[in-house]
Amino acid sequence: MKRLSFLLISCAVLGSMQSCKMKNTESAVSGDAASKVYVAPGKYDEFYNFVSGGFNGQVTVYGLPSGRLLKMIPVFSLNPENGYGYSEETKDMLKTTAGYVPWDDQHHLELSQTNGEHDGRWLFANANNTPRIARIDLSTFKTMEILEIPNSAGNHSSPFITENTEYVIAGTRFAVPMGNEDVPINSFKQNFKSTATFVSVDKNTGNMDIAFQIMLPGMNLDLSHAGKGPSHDWFFFSTYNTEQANTLLEVNASQKDKDFIVAVNWKKAEEYAHAGKGKRLPAGYIHNTFDEHTQNTTSTLQKEVLVLDPKDCPDMLYMIPCPKSPHGCDIDPTGEYIVGSGKLAALIPVFSFSKLQTAIQNKKFEGVYYGIPVVKYEEALYGEVKKPGLGPLHTEFDAEGNAYTSFFISSEVVKWNIKDLKVIDRSPTFYSVGHLMVPGGDTRKPYGKYLVAYNKITKDRFLPTGPELAQSAQLYSIEGDKLKLLLDFPTFGEPHYAQALPAQKIKDKSTKFYDIMQNKHPFISLGEKNAKVVRQGNRVDIYMTAIRSHLTPDNIEGVFVGDEIYFHVTNLEQDWDVPHGFAIKNNPNAELLIMPGETSTLKFVPDKQGIYPFYCTDFCSALHQEMQGYLRVSAEGSNVPLKYGTNATDTASVLTAQK
Amino acid sequence: MKLKLFCIAFCAIAVALYSCGNSERKSSPNAASETASTEPAATPTPVPSGDAKGVGKFTNVQLTHPLDEKMIVAGQQTYDVKCASCHKMTDEKLVGPGWKGVTDRRTPEWIMNFITNTDEMLNKDAEAQAMLEICMVRMPNQNLKDEDARAILEFMRKNDGKN
Repeated sequence: MKRLSFLLISCAVLGSMQSCKMKNTESAVSGDAASKVYVAPGKYDEFYNFVSGGFNGQVTVYGLPSGRLLKMIPVFSLNPENGYGYSEETKDMLKTTAGYVPWDDQHHLELSQTNGEHDGRWLFANANNTPRIARIDLSTFKTMEILEIPNSAGNHSSPFITENTEYVIAGTRFAVPMGNEDVPINSFKQNFKSTATFVSVDKNTGNMDIAFQIMLPGMNLDLSHAGKGPSHDWFFFSTYNTEQANTLLEVNASQKDKDFIVAVNWKKAEEYAHAGKGKRLPAGYIHNTFDEHTQNTTSTLQKEVLVLDPKDCPDMLYMIPCPKSPHGCDIDPTGEYIVGSGKLAALIPVFSFSKLQTAIQNKKFEGVYYGIPVVKYEEALYGEVKKPGLGPLHTEFDAEGNAYTSFFISSEVVKWNIKDLKVIDRSPTFYSVGHLMVPGGDTRKPYGKYLVAYNKITKDRFLPTGPELAQSAQLYSIEGDKLKLLLDFPTFGEPHYAQALPAQKIKDKSTKFYDIMQNKHPFISLGEKNAKVVRQGNRVDIYMTAIRSHLTPDNIEGVFVGDEIYFHVTNLEQDWDVPHGFAIKNNPNAELLIMPGETSTLKFVPDKQGIYPFYCTDFCSALHQEMQGYLRVSAEGSNVPLKYGTNATDTASVLTAQK
Repeated sequence: MKLKLFCIAFCAIAVALYSCGNSERKSSPNAASETASTEPAATPTPVPSGDAKGVGKFTNVQLTHPLDEKMIVAGQQTYDVKCASCHKMTDEKLVGPGWKGVTDRRTPEWIMNFITNTDEMLNKDAEAQAMLEICMVRMPNQNLKDEDARAILEFMRKNDGKN
């Protein structure tokens, strides 16, 4: 009897523990989760999810709710899949004042907006390490432009945009001396500066240009977001290390109880810039643009930048004290609430834009920081979310007045109400969530429905693949009060911020192929008739065509060791999804993937004589294995004549070049 | 007694499990709302041969006499870029059949349907499928506009000595 009672109790306890803790997927997922994420074969996902690649430097695109990987868009790193950064046309996209940077760290993404809503035109991406901003076209999913940011290091609080994409923003995580001055590191306080760079975006073309740079005291700018509606004219940056430490920041930048949110009146800054209040300072930075018609990159070196010093620009900047090294700096859809997330804090401060304005008018300041007025904390504060979790990082919003905050230390996502600051629900993440994303969750009109947590630790979520694992993303339903975990899916690199928009906003304007009649590439072969080989000195240009299933010319002789050979391959196909690949044996450079109607160029400098086979690398037809050819490379100084063609021996169109 | 205790224990566990579990089990409509529009390529439903006009929107092509010189020039330009890789002007087969005599073998409608509505023709038209069995390469859809197709037809007629 005793023994039985004991069993009974222990069973009951065990049972209740298991069901409440929800520490594994089996208990955390409700029965209908599968049907909510199942997208049947041949059906499309509801949302495009653009996910930053973190340390792989690229952008990945997933479908939601399925979590299916749709594409990797090469942006800041070489891409072996399609030759981005290797081909002669695209290699200059990775050009900087420091030379060709083959691999960067890509953290944040922002979709272009009109009136605070996604307009489906462009996607902006930041390079964190060598500071740059990229613009990706959403009809081709191709990187069209990369702009380097001078006087910056660790371009972290970027590429956030204003409500009409007037500006895309860059901000320094690492304060550095202006103009690459050589100074002692411990002269940080005197010589190091932070900069907030406002890059204008052309309404029609999307072309970027640095409009002005605001010089701030040396500190770490972390994240940022633009105001909306009533706060439209303002931009907010979170900061840490306002202690201005230059060593062991883990300790030395965590001394103060509060750092700041910097409130920038960018309309005012714009006026000052137009009124000539700024100084044009020398600064080298490179601007790369890709032209869809010539299919080539133009790289230009810019030589100066307009810098606004807050000293000369009153009422442009204010500081709001924010607890404990704030990370996320997120503005709710109404534009009234500014959510700071102290990553070492156990509360979330919510500031009120209207209170901030009143405080500024009535000069409710507690002091100045390098001449910039610091508003009293209570005067700007709407309220605090008490005990939401440990280590709040980022907040996104739905359209019903709720906020969703990620907590790294306590590894959870928490839903709370903006008006009453009460926690509504919380759900564990597996494990240690960084960014989170609600479709449209940082715009004026969130679409809601889902939340995705991008986790920093993957550990045991998927089949083990050795020490190096993919990252883990988790999809939650946010319909109703409760957060419901629906799905895990792996992501690559290390996703930081992400964006999502309904598929119908862009899917129908996706480019299917390039119209070959619009191809203005200087080395195009417009039809097989125009395929040829041209020698000028030791430069050999091979104008080659590709169509199912042969290359023209496919026999080439009369090139020599040490020649600079350029294969300009034009894909003559005019149908969706018929790329051709191109590879030649022993080329230490790369390979190509050429879209229909496109011309791509691969450089090859052979250093040994011999026969070099080349072929199409993308399975294109039943005769794909026949799509091949030979290049004969002869010793330097030999007298093999230049000769080329396809099927040339038994047709009338034997092409023999003039010497 | 034993049985009673067992029942109690069972109930306790069941309640504990249920109370904290996810009790909402609303069924939701399938999340994906849209269907891929492209037809799968592998479901041919052959049209009986003898339908000389093929499958597509061209049911009655008006031929002009004499030949339209402008169209011939335009047709040749398109041929050079989009067709010449696989089709010769003679009767020699390269990847696809040579064009000599094509206007005698096919109706104008069949030609224009085939070069503008390539995939559907290859999936449904018996004559097109018979050619595919010979050539073993699906003719690429080169996305010709209607006027490009008409110009090509004129160029073929010229090549066949029509007037």
